[in-house]
Amino acid sequence: MSAAIEIENLFFAYGPRRVLEGVSLAIAKGEMVGVLGPNGSGKTTLLKIVSGVLGVRRAVKLDGTPIESCSRRDLSRMVAVVPQESEIHFPFTAAEIVLMARASHHGRLVLEGAGDLEAARRSMAATDTAALADRWLHELSGGEKQRVMIARALAQEAEILLLDEPAAFLDLKHQLGVLDLMRRLNRERGLTIVAALHDLNLAALFFPRLLLLENGKIFRDGVPEEVLTEDTIRRVYGVDVRVERRAPERRPHIFVHR
Amino acid sequence: MKILDRRKMIAVNGALLALLAVSLVACALIGPVAIDLKRALGDFFSPDAEILFRARLPRVLLGAAIGGGMAACGVVLQAMLRNPLACPQMLGVSGGASLGGILGMIFFPNWLLPVAGGFLGEISWVPLAAFLGALLSMALVYRLALFRGRLHPYHLLLTGVIFNSFVAALIMFLNSIVDFYQAQGLLFWLMGNLSTRAYPTVAFIAGYVAAGFLWLWSHGVRLNLITLGEEAALQLGVEVASVERQVFLATSLMIGAMVSVSGMIGFVGLMIPHAMRLLVGSDHRLLLPASFIAGAIFLCWADTLARVLLAPAELPVGIVTAFFGAPFFISLLYREGRKLPV
Repeated sequence: MSAAIEIENLFFAYGPRRVLEGVSLAIAKGEMVGVLGPNGSGKTTLLKIVSGVLGVRRAVKLDGTPIESCSRRDLSRMVAVVPQESEIHFPFTAAEIVLMARASHHGRLVLEGAGDLEAARRSMAATDTAALADRWLHELSGGEKQRVMIARALAQEAEILLLDEPAAFLDLKHQLGVLDLMRRLNRERGLTIVAALHDLNLAALFFPRLLLLENGKIFRDGVPEEVLTEDTIRRVYGVDVRVERRAPERRPHIFVHR
Repeated sequence: MKILDRRKMIAVNGALLALLAVSLVACALIGPVAIDLKRALGDFFSPDAEILFRARLPRVLLGAAIGGGMAACGVVLQAMLRNPLACPQMLGVSGGASLGGILGMIFFPNWLLPVAGGFLGEISWVPLAAFLGALLSMALVYRLALFRGRLHPYHLLLTGVIFNSFVAALIMFLNSIVDFYQAQGLLFWLMGNLSTRAYPTVAFIAGYVAAGFLWLWSHGVRLNLITLGEEAALQLGVEVASVERQVFLATSLMIGAMVSVSGMIGFVGLMIPHAMRLLVGSDHRLLLPASFIAGAIFLCWADTLARVLLAPAELPVGIVTAFFGAPFFISLLYREGRKLPV
């Protein structure tokens, strides 16, 4: 069986600034992977390349198919993205935003069909956003907005879900809510989930596999216990920390000295 | 879950179309000279028929076509540039058309091109020169705004605005070197007006506007996605660069054709899209046709007012659009403003 995401020797630069240098990686179907690393280490860029947004199309295969042979429409049915922040310039309701995920499923001019509405309803129910359907997106709180964006991604009905800092801007309760939802989607629907994260403790708690990036290279790739050690964190983030193992799963927990 | 369905599409567009039909008839009958519709229809050679069919009807139809075209262009430019201030004037092509028209008026003011041996009226060379100016400026702006192989909204916006200020300088220069009488004519043309007696001109504009509108409308869903930003649109399956190119071409051709015939009639293309967004929502599958029809209605009435307010003298229609449109829009914004993302 081919991997959900397969990246081979990926290089990428914004002009003269190199961002990714020789990244190779395979993520199996149904895996849940957290991508860690300091600011500028290439996390967001990696996600953008996998979703086909940055136009580098060599070196990446989804489900065994090289993405250069996929149209935008095909790609949007294979990969869904929850962006870190969403632009909104004109008034749209939450339901309208979620239904936009169906653009690659229905025709050009026609209105959404029963299947599209059903997909939107189901994904809004899963993210607990059904009650927000008729509210303006720009009037929602950060946590509500984030859940609507996740609902939109789910309505794409793609097998792969990419999230860029899904817990940024959220309070503790909502951070846990979003990550719980990720875990549920991963376990119940078998979605392949890749998320860029800043919070190392939450990453260790929720993600069975972690990737630690350093200057565009994969520094560690493995279970949280191997990836998050006092040594690797000092090396990659330049910060001295104490790492303890916490019951019940003995996941690493990081304490900062000051 | 309230969403756009077929019922809403039919109800909104149907109501607006009915209003447009009523407006076309009413505006053709209103004027400084009262006409008898029965006599006009009964006797084709009566003065009433002459006024209705030769003077008023082409003008009313032209107003509707241009109002609709400007509003439709405004809607898609605001969406594509993700900028609520975008309007047809800022695309550069309007400046090019104005300059072409001005040059036409200065260098061959009195040439007329008879259509079908004069039977279908005569076309002045001025709109042809203006349309040529529009096409040239469109090619130039396209080339200048091309950044890393694609038409970037930011570059397009700045290039268009700056190109227009450059052209405005040239126009003011020309205006200050021609004689007083000619300068007066240039100024009147620049302010925009819809006077025409030539059905071929009306047909030309209506054709451009209708074709352009359908082209843009076919991108309705994609325009919705593009307002969410380039990355979101790409990720949701839109070939953004291709849609941007098509929107630029369609709107430039429409604006070029419209400005060539009527000069730059402002405000419709800025206000109608916002008013309709507040009234029918932001979904371009509905917003675009609704704005198109509403723009047609609005300019019909504005031009009728321009004809009758100071009759027998005529006001430039741009004065009327802004004078009556601005208070209406401000009151709408005041009532419905909470719908807008701040």
